[in-house]
Amino acid sequence: MEYVVEMLNITKEFPGIKANDNVTLQVKKGEVHALLGENGAGKSTLMSVLFGLYRPEEGKIKIKGEEVEISNPNVANDLGIGMVHQHFQLVENFTVTENIILGQEPKKSFGRIDIEKAAEKVKKISDQYGLKVDPHAKIEDITVGMQQRVEILKMLYRNAEILIFDEPTAVLTPQEIIELMGIMKDLIHEGKSVILITHKLKEIKAVADRCTVLRRGKHIGTIDVEGTTEEEMAEMMVGREVSFEVEKEPADPKDVVLKLENLCADNKRKLPAIKNLNLEVHAGEILCVAGIDGNGQKELIEVITGLEQTTSGKIIFNGKEIQGLSIRERTLLGIGHIPEDRHKHGLVLDFTIEQNLALQTYFMEPYSKNGIINPEAIREHSERLIKEFDVRSGKGSTTKARSMSGGNQQKAIIAREVERSPKLLIAAQPTRGLDVGAIEYIHERLVEERDKGRAVLLMSLEMEEVLNVSDRIAVIYEGEIVGIVDADKTNENEIGLMMSGSKKGMNN
Amino acid sequence: MGYITDRKNHRIVIPAIAIFLGFLVGSIIMLLTGENPIALFTSLGRGVLGINLGNIGTSRSFFNPRYPGEFVVFAMPIILTGLSVSFAFRTGLFNIGAEGQLLVGAFASVAVGILVDGPNFIILLLMILAGILAGGIWGFIPGYLKAKFNVHEVVVTIMLNYTALFLTNYFLVELPGSTNSKTVELESGLTFQSEFLSDLTNSSRLHWGFIVVILAALSFWFIINKTTFGFELKAVGHNPFAAKYAGMKVELNSALSMAIAGAYAGLAGTLIVMGTFGYGRVLSSFENYGFDGIAVALVGGTSALGSVLAGFLFGALKAAQPIMQSSGVPRDIAIIISSMIVLFVAMQNGIKIVLEKMKGAK
Repeated sequence: MEYVVEMLNITKEFPGIKANDNVTLQVKKGEVHALLGENGAGKSTLMSVLFGLYRPEEGKIKIKGEEVEISNPNVANDLGIGMVHQHFQLVENFTVTENIILGQEPKKSFGRIDIEKAAEKVKKISDQYGLKVDPHAKIEDITVGMQQRVEILKMLYRNAEILIFDEPTAVLTPQEIIELMGIMKDLIHEGKSVILITHKLKEIKAVADRCTVLRRGKHIGTIDVEGTTEEEMAEMMVGREVSFEVEKEPADPKDVVLKLENLCADNKRKLPAIKNLNLEVHAGEILCVAGIDGNGQKELIEVITGLEQTTSGKIIFNGKEIQGLSIRERTLLGIGHIPEDRHKHGLVLDFTIEQNLALQTYFMEPYSKNGIINPEAIREHSERLIKEFDVRSGKGSTTKARSMSGGNQQKAIIAREVERSPKLLIAAQPTRGLDVGAIEYIHERLVEERDKGRAVLLMSLEMEEVLNVSDRIAVIYEGEIVGIVDADKTNENEIGLMMSGSKKGMNN
Repeated sequence: MGYITDRKNHRIVIPAIAIFLGFLVGSIIMLLTGENPIALFTSLGRGVLGINLGNIGTSRSFFNPRYPGEFVVFAMPIILTGLSVSFAFRTGLFNIGAEGQLLVGAFASVAVGILVDGPNFIILLLMILAGILAGGIWGFIPGYLKAKFNVHEVVVTIMLNYTALFLTNYFLVELPGSTNSKTVELESGLTFQSEFLSDLTNSSRLHWGFIVVILAALSFWFIINKTTFGFELKAVGHNPFAAKYAGMKVELNSALSMAIAGAYAGLAGTLIVMGTFGYGRVLSSFENYGFDGIAVALVGGTSALGSVLAGFLFGALKAAQPIMQSSGVPRDIAIIISSMIVLFVAMQNGIKIVLEKMKGAK
């Protein structure tokens, strides 16, 4: 079998670090080749080298057996390399066809764009690969999963032979993930080759033929997926044994900390997102709100933390109604919040770690007095948290949050929220986009908080996390809690059915 | 070389490169139009330092302290409008309205000076306060509209510039004793003007206002770097969502930030009235202090010290213009250089890419 892509002994250095150190990646024609590694292992750098964004210091690249010099992305495109980026590069108010032809518009007389011809071709390719994309739909009107297919179509329209998927499932619902896997299989049946960048082992097992593992810039090995277990792959990736099971004692729930009574709230479009929702969270338990994305869990978190307002109903925290209070008042009462989008809400990326760690407490003594900041106290606080929570960064307290890895950014947020020792800790998708090592750490911390007697409200879209971490699971469907089950008395099937609205929970 | 390409030093290196390129382009244009670029630099030297190289070795004095005095007079108001634009920018807002804020500040100061009776010292303070307050209110309007109704501050501030121009013109001529072009002169005790400073600099218009400028720059630095309020403003500026999440009042901070930005610009107006001229002027059009302030903020990297340094740079280019003209060099060259510097600073991403390439090439 010939190799369609060969990256041989690639070394790429940045000041201070070797992002790729003698890495070799060989992709066979017609296979799905996974590129596995933790955040910062050098996957993106390697793909950027292949895509012509970086020039390697050493090593050579062969495409279909011929040595090539990829000096910029246009060269990569001409060689038939296409990339489906994690963040879609689409014009929201253009149609599918318009997006696909952008930059390569077919023309008819007087330089007019021949949109019909293009749409026909898009339709043809879409049918060929079973993508089911409407060429005339506007991007803003179609789902995220569909938008991703448009990205794939864009590559196929440009005759790409080698498709790179950069963490494609991060934004998809479980159903869409299954569909994407199917699409990838169709692609290789049609003779395309796929490189799948990911750190999700399940997906590799489901779809990939072979897998190349990177760790800290080094090439650890290339394996056949079939003969390797997830545990073995995880160990290769992290460099030590990883436990997927979250070790914890049975919960010892105490008083009700948070009580939601007939809660109603609207979403951004002013449509009802939460409808008469009732829920109780006890001290000393982890309650997980599970559901398919877009069923009101985001709005639920936002109204509890005060980012958005309720339309009716009560939020009772330790016996006190808080729905009218400001965000700051709720923070001070003892609500901690690990937000879903850590770049948007959790951190000021251009602030240093120490500033970020003081984001909610800067106005209190000892961090400031009479409105004057006390930099020593802020530094001290930060140094202590960095040590205690093992937040790793280039320059310690004065590192800009932007330059830290995702896992360490999340650790910093957790440090900040946990350190305020809130009575209620809300964690929304706390492990999204993180690698196995960081996930393990975060799960341990959540259980630790529970054992300290805090109430933990977890919101997660990952089935594994839902089942492993929580004590009780409240399934949300179209803004209502359709059932509450004990985590140790249920299984993926039951939860899945409840999530799709077709089964009510039995035990409560 | 290592210093230039080190990312840490970009804050200093990029404006420096932009300034260098600005002067380079200016010199090239002079060469192309048959002028001697040396004249540019001798004019600048004369405008800033007061040293006339042409007079060295002749019986005439080669040093005239009037020029440095006037240079500082040119620089002071644009340092303040630079601080104004910078302050708003720290909260993520574009204050295009420094011009209008300056005009209402100037009017308020002169109106208080003419209309209110009392001990000079008290009136003097009241005049300064009136300028700050009027500019502040003029800045608060777009800030409030932004916070309450999400109206874009650029649109509102531009419109308020015109409003300020015609409104103050209308009221200036209504003040007792005003002619069609200016108000009565302020009493000598009610200005920053100083015989001492004037004598020291060969009867330039240099005045005590520089103390006000120093205090303003210090207050900027103090608020932004040392106070919890400054911490909030920066957080809101960098990421309003995270600021809201952390319990900060994003809207209130936006409105206050614009008000304070307006106060700095208003103070610039006070300085022009009480220092440079000593009376209020009816203007037929803008004098572009506000736009100079945008350039100063951009080149100065929106910091206090940066605004002061950039203010002096643009002040120098302004001060050199009459001298250039008198020595036969078109003054437009100075304007071209100012514009080029701003252009190159605006192209800083391009400069960064070149620096990165240089680093990579080593």
